[in-house]
Amino acid sequence: MAVSEPEAAVWNGLFWVIQLFICINAVAKSFMQENRGRMLYFYSIASPGDFVLAKILFNSLLMLGMSMLSLLLFSLFLGNPMKNAGSFIGLVLLGGWSLSLVFTFLAAIAAKAQQNAAIMAVLGFPIIVPQLLLLMRVSNAAFAPLLTIPVGAVLMLVALDLLVIMLAVILFPFLWKD
Amino acid sequence: MRKSWWKITCIVLLVFTFTAGLLITIPDLPILGETIRNLFFHVAMWMAMMTMFTISVVHSVRYLRTFDLKYDINARAYASTGILLGVLGYSTGAIWMSFTWGDPNNPAFASFSALAREPKLIGAAIALLIYFAYMVLRDSIQDMDKKARVSAVYNIFAFAMLFPTIWIIPRILPSLHPGREGNPALNFKDVSSSMRIVEWPAFIGWTLLGVWITTLKIRFSLLKEKKLFS
Repeated sequence: MAVSEPEAAVWNGLFWVIQLFICINAVAKSFMQENRGRMLYFYSIASPGDFVLAKILFNSLLMLGMSMLSLLLFSLFLGNPMKNAGSFIGLVLLGGWSLSLVFTFLAAIAAKAQQNAAIMAVLGFPIIVPQLLLLMRVSNAAFAPLLTIPVGAVLMLVALDLLVIMLAVILFPFLWKD
Repeated sequence: MRKSWWKITCIVLLVFTFTAGLLITIPDLPILGETIRNLFFHVAMWMAMMTMFTISVVHSVRYLRTFDLKYDINARAYASTGILLGVLGYSTGAIWMSFTWGDPNNPAFASFSALAREPKLIGAAIALLIYFAYMVLRDSIQDMDKKARVSAVYNIFAFAMLFPTIWIIPRILPSLHPGREGNPALNFKDVSSSMRIVEWPAFIGWTLLGVWITTLKIRFSLLKEKKLFS
């Protein structure tokens, strides 16, 4: 490994960047795997709201699992600088969930523009950076014994997630019709 | 002539901004000095940009309600004018920053690396990137109706994400830029009354100019569409 035992700030930054890439690769597939026939079948059995909620649910669970896995691998391979492991795990779950929500919806948009993977990165990067920045700042507190996690910022992340779910349910029907 | 009253207002207000903005007496503040006159240009650009993006998203919503391609053309035109105003806001800000934040004892490069970490600058850059992505998305879809629909959806989604990017997150993080505790340029207790006389006409004037540029763009693209179909 290039850095055997990175210090806390580096560890944190590296962790969230890896999370972002995991999410792009795991969630991006969710709409691209479906071929036309299967989409038509879904179209005939479910309403667009239900469909997008199901996708969101699946991707959230997938991303929560992936987040825990990458946290485990990180602490195995790069050491464990966490001072406040419980709250960091909570933030990792929240962050993984936020990432999966935003990218599920972006994957739905990108699936309509044919060259999927590239357009997904172009669309996703600017939208996710503020959230990622906030997550990094908030989770810095988990590495210092004296700092507490700012509750306001965490609540804001949760509010943003709810906003994304609402927008997805409202806007997805327009993407669905072909 | 009847419909051009707002264009005349725009010209009058901008002429007033440029003359009065450079001539009025301003409060003599340390560090800021005469650069405070940039308020009439730098802050006005962001105001106008935000107005353009808001109009753009309204047109996107109207497109999704009616599926009339006219609204899609409007949404695109307003977004591109917004990008232009954002770039201008960035450059006026860079000039202002080099006089107030830049450390004259350090080489420019060293000051730059410290200043480029400003959360407000990053937020504004991301806001512009979001709209660049909107343009990329539009150009990547061939079919016209599909392009309009998908980009309208992205526009609405991006606008919702724009708010945390430029209004909330920069206020949580520590910053040199004014504006953590509220809206300094809009607060009546913050701005001296002589500056306020120029400030509001400047905001309105620049916004009207943005709308004017956009209406010309819309007319141009409507003509192009007409040619395409005939």
